[in-house]
Amino acid sequence: MLYLQVLLNGLVLGGLFACIAAGFSLVWGVLNVINILHGSFIVLGAYAAWYGHGLWGIHPFLSVLLIAPLFFALGYAIQAGLLNRVIAAPVLLTLTLTFGLDLMLSNAMLAAFKADFRKLVLDPPLGVLSVGNIVLPIDRLAAMGLALLLTLLLFLVLSRSRTGRAIVAVRMDREAASLMGVNVSRTYAITFGLGALMAGVAGPLIAMIFPISPLTGPVYLGKAFVVCVLGGLGSVPGAMVGGLVLGVVESFAALWFGPEHAVTVAFALLIAMLVFRPTGLLGRKGYE
Amino acid sequence: MNPLLELRGVSRRFGGLTAVSNVTLTVRPGEIVGLIGPNGAGKTTLVNVMTGVHPATAGSVLFNGRDVTRLAPWQAARAGIGRTFQIVQPFPELTVVENVAAAALFAGGAASIREARALAVEHLEFVGLGELAQRSASALTLAMRKRLELAKGLAMRPRLLLLDEVNAGLNSSEINQALELIQAVAARGVTILIIEHLMKVVTTLCSRVVVLHHGELIAEGTPLTVMRDPKVVQAYLGKRYAENTAGAVHD
Amino acid sequence: MSKSVMATADTAARRDLGLACVLFVLLALPPFLADTYILRLGTTMLMYAVLALSWNFIGGMAGYPSFATAAFFGLGAYAGGVAQKFGISMWIAWGIAGLLALLFAAALGLALLRLRGHYFAIASLVVAEVLREVINSATDLTGGGMGLNLPLRTGQSVVQQADFFYWTMLGLAAVAMAATIAVQHGRLGFGLRCIQQNESAADMLGVNTTATKTSAFALSAVFTGIAGAIYASWVNYIEPPDVFDVLYSVKPIVMVLLGGAGSVFGPLIGAGVFLGLEEIVWRRFLEVHSGVLGLLIVLLVLFLPRGLAGIARRRSRGSVS
Repeated sequence: MLYLQVLLNGLVLGGLFACIAAGFSLVWGVLNVINILHGSFIVLGAYAAWYGHGLWGIHPFLSVLLIAPLFFALGYAIQAGLLNRVIAAPVLLTLTLTFGLDLMLSNAMLAAFKADFRKLVLDPPLGVLSVGNIVLPIDRLAAMGLALLLTLLLFLVLSRSRTGRAIVAVRMDREAASLMGVNVSRTYAITFGLGALMAGVAGPLIAMIFPISPLTGPVYLGKAFVVCVLGGLGSVPGAMVGGLVLGVVESFAALWFGPEHAVTVAFALLIAMLVFRPTGLLGRKGYE
Repeated sequence: MNPLLELRGVSRRFGGLTAVSNVTLTVRPGEIVGLIGPNGAGKTTLVNVMTGVHPATAGSVLFNGRDVTRLAPWQAARAGIGRTFQIVQPFPELTVVENVAAAALFAGGAASIREARALAVEHLEFVGLGELAQRSASALTLAMRKRLELAKGLAMRPRLLLLDEVNAGLNSSEINQALELIQAVAARGVTILIIEHLMKVVTTLCSRVVVLHHGELIAEGTPLTVMRDPKVVQAYLGKRYAENTAGAVHD
Repeated sequence: MSKSVMATADTAARRDLGLACVLFVLLALPPFLADTYILRLGTTMLMYAVLALSWNFIGGMAGYPSFATAAFFGLGAYAGGVAQKFGISMWIAWGIAGLLALLFAAALGLALLRLRGHYFAIASLVVAEVLREVINSATDLTGGGMGLNLPLRTGQSVVQQADFFYWTMLGLAAVAMAATIAVQHGRLGFGLRCIQQNESAADMLGVNTTATKTSAFALSAVFTGIAGAIYASWVNYIEPPDVFDVLYSVKPIVMVLLGGAGSVFGPLIGAGVFLGLEEIVWRRFLEVHSGVLGLLIVLLVLFLPRGLAGIARRRSRGSVS
């Protein structure tokens, strides 16, 4: 029974992780850029939701709708204005660049919001769902549900819309896509915008479950890494699978090794995956 | 005379695709052997197996009597198997002489960088690139790069030199120059296996020709014998043509 | 013609060595001239130089974007600290730290150097995190989150201590520089440059890529590890988030970018310039100093062509020019 609870906890968390990682994976897979800003975007979205709720009573689920276009625009601007200049540069440079940008953003957030942890508390609280011996907090379930919904939406956009098809085409073969008339630069900007959007909307969901602080950005970034390596790059189904696996792994690791070691176990798993199976569980080869 | 290179039942599979299937061939010291076959026949894969880039999935490769099937590429290079590349791969930002010195130092057994550089200059002069030693390798024309490849291959001090389409993309006079160079190389005592498409090159250079088709060895013999072999004609031109010309070939 | 080919390469090595000697003689002067504040800055700069020179072996020469510097630094700091906690003398403890970092890098290299590009970068970045957690948990040995106190040096005045650590760091930097010059102009450096240009071609030309890369990785660790141990003795108190800080992985990269790659002096120059900038920024923008650092990094990557060209596509200078 305990194992079932732990498993379910893991799956619930995993849904959230999938949402966190989907945008990150997309950017990495399509632009070949590791966006270190991703974690900070999540935290920024979380604060947006927190202030929205605290100042104007906006429900976090509603903030998602408001945050989405704002973050899309932010991501688009950053890519078009800055990243595009180094898009063909080696790993070292793009990674260092996004690292520098992240230093700026997280410093700004630290200065603006201070390091104290805040919790978005819903009033009235959503309570728990009890089935036999299993207890599942409703806020987590709701967050997971919404996370999965958003991830699914992203998947549909990629597979059904014209822009989405363009993104996938660019991911597969940049030159060929360009020859087919796809505006590659604009596609890159849109992709990065989508990545920022997914990070931003994950923020309110996170805020409902975990305490937030500018210091937690790297934590979510780390999770995104692991999910990408587990699930393969640039694929939303991969992010789903990776997210769920990570959720379950962390849940059981917390049980067996203690919650403070759950992250380390996840990272150890990441290194093991990279060494033995870099193409991910789904076997899809990403960029190097 | 003991063979220099021996392939025994060598196969190479990539997942479900069999690129090379059960190839047995020998190369004796001093020969110039041509390896021909239609596109996609597996010629470069075979060379990759010989040099350790792709280990054979079945069979064995013996070099000078020693089993080299499982050697890594760098070990094969140091053992005396030199090669050039179909798609030339210089070190783009190093100079021409540095490119060749690398080969001399790491595969050719030069004792020091100084010695490697001296040897490199010699090899460059042999192939006629002496004047361009200090140029960046990426600044060379295709014909020059092919010669650079040859110089690198020589600097490896190979006993067996595998030439992979050294003439692709060259014009007629460039090809003639390349032919002379290769003959000069052979005269120095290097055994050569050359992958080629151009019949003119094959008939001029090669004492023996081996034909690959769909990864299998389908014919072997002197250039003329092989060119008349109906299996070979069929491989290149199709069954119909082979049947139609079966009579005509014998004149 | 062949004479000129050889001559330029030999003179390059001798020129570098000569310049380095002059430079380090000059750098030995500050303890006679400056106050302890300047000495502290100088010691930090020299430490940065060691880190930058170390990173240069794997990141600059081999072209593998390593973010493992913090891992080696922290490992060295704790190895030195823990050894001294057990009564081992300081110099030997520093030696142990270097050796441990070297062995760790060699073992790690076997696993990680098979990866390329992003995957290698991520894996190397994550190693520091894992190490930090492991050290954090081994509370009995390392003090865990409460940190580790190192035995204080007795019998030396404040000024003498400042001099001592300055010269020690200078000595380490000199050794790192000597190693850089030796490698750059020697066979190992040549092999690394070939690997950086085209690894599979290098392999097929007879370069033992595994051994060559692992050597570079080990070199990038040994001096860093000793620097960490010296740092621990210098500041007398270390804790995991401090010595495993990811900035210790990022700053050396920025320094090499600043100094321009392709020359053995680039990392040194970059370390000096970076420290100067950092000190100015720290003094004037304390609250936003990491943001300003971020801005510096962004500007550097976007606008410094020499730095970009130097690292991104190596202009080769050195043994065979």
